[in-house]
Amino acid sequence: MDFLVMNEGFPLLSALIFLPLFGALVTMFLPSEQAARLWSLLITSITAILSIPLYTGFNVATAQYQFGEHHAWIPLWNINYTLGVDGISLLLILLTTFIMPFCVLASWRYIATRVKSFMVCMMVMECAMIGVFAALDFVLFYILWEAMLIPMYLIIGIWGGPRKVYASIKFFIYTLAGSVMLLVAIIALYLASAPHTFSIPALMGGHYSSTFQILVFLAFFLAFAIKVPMFPFHTWLPAAHVEAPTAGSVILASVLLKMGTYGFLRFCLPITPLATVTLTPYILWLSVVGILYGGFTALAQKDMKKLIAYSSVGHMGFVTLGIFALNSAGIEGSLLQMINHGVTTGALFLCVGMIYERNHSRELANATGIGKQMPIFVTFLAFFSLSSLAFPGTNSFVGEFLILAGAFKRNLIITACAVPGAILAAAYMLRMLQKVIWGGIDNPKQTLLDLNVREIVTLAPFLLFVFWIGLGPEPFLSVMHSSVAHLLEQVGTVQASAVAGLLP
Amino acid sequence: MTGSTNIIESAKLVIAILVPLFGAVAVMLTGEKRANLRETCSVVAAVLMFSIIASMVPDVLAGHTLHFGMFKIVPGVSVTLRADAFSMIFALAASFLWILAAFYSMGYMRGLHEHAQTRFNACFALSLFGAMGVAFSDNLFTLYLFYEIVSVCTYPLVAHHQDQEGYDGARKYIVYLTTTAKAFLLPAMVLIYVLTGTLDFATNISTGIFPPQTNAFLVTILYAFCILGFAKNGVMPFHHWLPGAMVAPTPVSALLHAVAVVKVGVFSTTRVMLYVFGVDTMNALNLGIPTAYFVSFTILMASVIALSKTNLKARLAYSTVSQLSYIILGVAMLTPASINGGLIHIANHAFSKITLFFCAGAIYVATHKKDISEMGGLGRTMPFTFAAFAIASLSMIGAPPVAGFVTKWYLLVGSMQAHQVGLLLVLLASTLLNVGYFAPVTYNAFFGKRPAGEKYEGIKEAPLSMVIPIMIAATISIIIGIYPDFMMQFVKAVTG
Repeated sequence: MDFLVMNEGFPLLSALIFLPLFGALVTMFLPSEQAARLWSLLITSITAILSIPLYTGFNVATAQYQFGEHHAWIPLWNINYTLGVDGISLLLILLTTFIMPFCVLASWRYIATRVKSFMVCMMVMECAMIGVFAALDFVLFYILWEAMLIPMYLIIGIWGGPRKVYASIKFFIYTLAGSVMLLVAIIALYLASAPHTFSIPALMGGHYSSTFQILVFLAFFLAFAIKVPMFPFHTWLPAAHVEAPTAGSVILASVLLKMGTYGFLRFCLPITPLATVTLTPYILWLSVVGILYGGFTALAQKDMKKLIAYSSVGHMGFVTLGIFALNSAGIEGSLLQMINHGVTTGALFLCVGMIYERNHSRELANATGIGKQMPIFVTFLAFFSLSSLAFPGTNSFVGEFLILAGAFKRNLIITACAVPGAILAAAYMLRMLQKVIWGGIDNPKQTLLDLNVREIVTLAPFLLFVFWIGLGPEPFLSVMHSSVAHLLEQVGTVQASAVAGLLP
Repeated sequence: MTGSTNIIESAKLVIAILVPLFGAVAVMLTGEKRANLRETCSVVAAVLMFSIIASMVPDVLAGHTLHFGMFKIVPGVSVTLRADAFSMIFALAASFLWILAAFYSMGYMRGLHEHAQTRFNACFALSLFGAMGVAFSDNLFTLYLFYEIVSVCTYPLVAHHQDQEGYDGARKYIVYLTTTAKAFLLPAMVLIYVLTGTLDFATNISTGIFPPQTNAFLVTILYAFCILGFAKNGVMPFHHWLPGAMVAPTPVSALLHAVAVVKVGVFSTTRVMLYVFGVDTMNALNLGIPTAYFVSFTILMASVIALSKTNLKARLAYSTVSQLSYIILGVAMLTPASINGGLIHIANHAFSKITLFFCAGAIYVATHKKDISEMGGLGRTMPFTFAAFAIASLSMIGAPPVAGFVTKWYLLVGSMQAHQVGLLLVLLASTLLNVGYFAPVTYNAFFGKRPAGEKYEGIKEAPLSMVIPIMIAATISIIIGIYPDFMMQFVKAVTG
């Protein structure tokens, strides 16, 4: 257990995982819908506050897993309940805990039917998501990974839009197809390890043959690429986003998509380093295709949710580009960009939801020229859109800058091909912004009310993080350094061949 | 003097750029109902900003560099402000002209009963916030940050009329500016960071920031990207946004598209040429003279196009495109005299071109005429406006004793020092072309025939709040033509 710094005293991670589950159980017995709303807000807020000590107590100097908990679970198969966080998972857990109260707030009026069940789904979801990021045992991880599917399926399938059945089933089938491969890879690793273990850190740095590594990598890759989603496994995403209720879209964009990239960092790179290095060029190209495809497709959308969904494909392309740059700038940039995407895209979905609550349409054409009626709203929207297109001074710029710097070091040509993606991001975001704020000379006649206090409270913290990460990212980057350095050691860096001579 | 090591930490810098930001907020808070108070906010912000910048002059002239760190992003990338002699050329001119423009736009916007004046004034102040940020940038990231702020904040000004023409012009505007910035500037900046580990500007114009063994091919590519990336500099082929932006109200065309925005473009371009690449690197890689010929095309071509325009603002716009390239031409010739000529033109062109646009706006407010052919004999009705126009035209042409002559003198000396007969001929040809498109306007106004049936009845000079700024700007054009030393001392501090 030398990889784990055991937690003394209060079991923080377990508390974070089980508090929402407890909250969900209690919700079922609450008398009214309003009580369910307030209770969920309380539970998710307490979880968020409870997660702050994870950051304050985190030791940035070590790459070990901290706040560790370890209990035997099924000794026969050497399955344990092992939890821990390092610099890679820490911020993602915090992102999850902090996003959830706002998702509850965003559902306050939006969800009008079966409120209790909805809140139960939300809190079960939170439990599973935090668990996935904290799990250090493959079986535990896999169970929680699958556990995320069901509440999300219900959220889309019950509270979704007109094509909710299509979208939810597509979401389910895609993700399940990936999960099956994940299970195969997990079992293969178990059998290949000696002694047999499901411990994730123990499986890292195992010296498997290169064929074995490539097969395991591909199994992992399919599971995670679907989740990211990488081109060409992305088609479930726009459908799911468009049909999901606002809170569902926010969870999907902010947290669920990160599961895929987290998987790359946690499993692919350290467990199958040889395969990673061998297959890197292909994945880099796939990332570039995703960036460009997402950008072009977003540019053509008339539905705002679809637009943001396709922009996610592009943004996550940048994240995978950075991860497979396999250097510290690229990976740290990717980690930061995962947080940024969670903040910015989450906020954008909240914004679209706010328009939808007013005019019951996601069509861009029905939301044109509302700048004059909703000045506060468009101010928020403008900042989040600028953040999304990586405007300097906002969070996404820092992430994109680091990713491009890392990727340029790895491969000049591939990265140059990704640059048009940045132009496309500006194009589709500014196009949306122009239409929403100004429109044209024949805007639809409608009167929409500007944001109320609850909505401003929902959006304001996102704006704070947009500028905080944009202008002072050090507190966010500092927790990553040790873990990313350790990760790069594990990959064993077979670096610096492609661009030797051009770049240092 | 160029390697000035006396760095003074000064919060004045951040106050100077925050004044227009707070000015914009004050303008928004006062709103349409309290128009007088709102305009007062604009004017106070303008005066305050100029005073703060003027108060930096003694320190800068004493050879100090003012410096202020704001945010650290990652090692080597920060938001940091700097005021050196080079910044002061642009900052002084733009901040002073904001005062004139604030008064002028009051007269213009009210004279035409324009809508959304609050938004207009707020965005105007925000654009100045961006422009001053560019002037005081200490590194490429800060420069890029404020450069993009200028792009975004000027969009509402170009789209101001909210008609189809306004939206079309504004779309062209934002597409050109953001696309070039993202396509060229962003990768160039990232690669410069990868190559050098920093984005900070050098402290002198010779060394640049590249380590000596850097791949020459890559540096050349980056250099080209930087020239093309700052499309606000109006260099062809990415100049179309500027004529398109002329749909904006004239005060915008005057201050922003003759002074603040376009000068942000050339200022950024020359800042990067001199302080990122440096004279030594540019000489070693032979980047200067090809650049000079490249922009010569713009100088001549834009002038030829200007000749064909009968709309006064369109003609002025193409004249701006042409004149901006003088600045880059001067710096690109890389001799001390030519760099002097290029840099002083940042100020010279600002004062003269704003006069011309002010005149165009005054004519429009007084007569609602935009076309040159309709202005025959109008000089006798509006003598002050057209006299100012004539003075400023002389400056554009480069005739003594107006500001433009100083530029032309240094540029001609520079082209001879650089032994470039071709460039000398470009300058001469451009002078003739300038005569070709400016002289007829003035001649026609004073000595031309009135258009048939036109009596100019009831037409008189524009309001005083417009005419006075015009006269002040024109007078300054003459003063800096006769006595160029005040601005020249900053320029000479740059070239050493």
